[in-house]
Amino acid sequence: MASTAAASFVQGLRCRECSHAFPAEALHVCEWCFGPLEVVYDYEGIAKATSRESIAAGPPSIWRYASLLPAVNDGAVDLGAGFTPLVRADRLAAELGLGELWLKNDTLNPTGSFKDRVVSVALARARAMGFKVAACASTGNLANSVAAHAARAGMRHVVFIPADLEAGKVVTTAVYGPSLIAVDGSYDDVNRLCAELASEQPTWAFVNVNLRTYYAEGSKTLAFETAEQLGWEAPDHVVVPVASGSQLTKIAKGFRELHRVGLLTTEPHVRVSGAQAEGCSPVATAFTEGHEYIRPVKPKTIAKSLAIGNPADGPYALEEVRRSGGGLEAVSDQEIVDAMLLLARTEGIFAETAGGVTIATLARLAAKGVVRSDERVVAYITGAGLKTIEAVAPVCRPTATIAPTMDAFAAAFEGVDG
Amino acid sequence: MATVRIPTQLRTLSGGAAEVSVDGATVGEVLAALETAHPGFSARLFDEGGGLRRFVNVFVADEDVRFVDGLATKVEAGQTVSIIPAVAGG
Repeated sequence: MASTAAASFVQGLRCRECSHAFPAEALHVCEWCFGPLEVVYDYEGIAKATSRESIAAGPPSIWRYASLLPAVNDGAVDLGAGFTPLVRADRLAAELGLGELWLKNDTLNPTGSFKDRVVSVALARARAMGFKVAACASTGNLANSVAAHAARAGMRHVVFIPADLEAGKVVTTAVYGPSLIAVDGSYDDVNRLCAELASEQPTWAFVNVNLRTYYAEGSKTLAFETAEQLGWEAPDHVVVPVASGSQLTKIAKGFRELHRVGLLTTEPHVRVSGAQAEGCSPVATAFTEGHEYIRPVKPKTIAKSLAIGNPADGPYALEEVRRSGGGLEAVSDQEIVDAMLLLARTEGIFAETAGGVTIATLARLAAKGVVRSDERVVAYITGAGLKTIEAVAPVCRPTATIAPTMDAFAAAFEGVDG
Repeated sequence: MATVRIPTQLRTLSGGAAEVSVDGATVGEVLAALETAHPGFSARLFDEGGGLRRFVNVFVADEDVRFVDGLATKVEAGQTVSIIPAVAGG
């Protein structure tokens, strides 16, 4: 598909591995070494055009940072992704022995996860390039988001998911209309199928395949918003869930870019820690064992949104964590459920299983002294609990079921209130 | 004979063909035969040490060869060997 006018500050694409340059088209992989392509920006131009004031005057969405994104705001796509609350979490901090803890509550996006950020960028770019069909390989959250944004934009969508996804994620994708394709296999199988299909369907915008270079940039807004909401300061330490590893690397990049264009006046030194589930921990395993290479795994975890056994950005996430002095932990399914309950009980936020992974990892890192009580910490809660209700349903039931009488209530409540 | 599926990024080497049929009893042999038929593939697929580049995935009958025997993974007659860029998804 032919390229159209680039967003104002995009100069082209460049291979992260071999630095080979490419035009800003629907390309995601270097044809020389297969490395991932990155967007090249005119940072001087961005710095001149962007100030804290110009951002504050922008919309309450990711598009307030449009100059730092590889697409221009397209109202036809926009559902209002981003600018979610950053909330102080003192009660959770007290439970974990931490000091200044903040939660980036990305459950409050239009379709309930951070994926609305990346999809909004990818489909705005795709429409500008002339694509009429939106597609993706998804563990669920992306499926919701692509289907919803495509529906709003009047684009056809073809969304691929593993057949064993949570019911909530299937329903909240299918509601936006056809086509939802459930594949008998793991996410990695779905991903492989889509990577092959992308070669045969060049007129489809696979947001996380041929549009991935642009799509991934949307996650930088998680860093931009955090800094702005902290009064234009970077945190000391962030804890981020790791599936493909893209989100973690883009959050780290986001803080660096803010300094590069002058929006952060002092150079940020953000320690970046990653969170994985034991049942799918290729990046955490490489970290613990001191490997450079990520060995792919076959996932088995309740944290299905993080169940990517062969993570595309795993090596870069690992490098980012090591370089910044962060940690990487893998937590059990029981720890995930316990952490979902802890987060809900202490802060009133019902997160999906990935949020449980993040909070359980934060607890581990705090206990080990990797995340310290003298640090300003931000944990990213990236998806809403209603999507994965199965995980906590067995332990979240009515405390009592009673007859509609005062006596019955008194009898039932006596034991509970004590 | 095995069928090798070529990703778009490498089709300039196969004269635009999406599939190429070559002989070989293992993945290593199949990819060597591909190089003979269409020179240039090996430089793209292998690193200096002769292993598959880290962002290249190869599948035999839909199974990642890293889960089997790598380049020594057996290829039966009629099976499909797919070369797929690893950078996708998430």
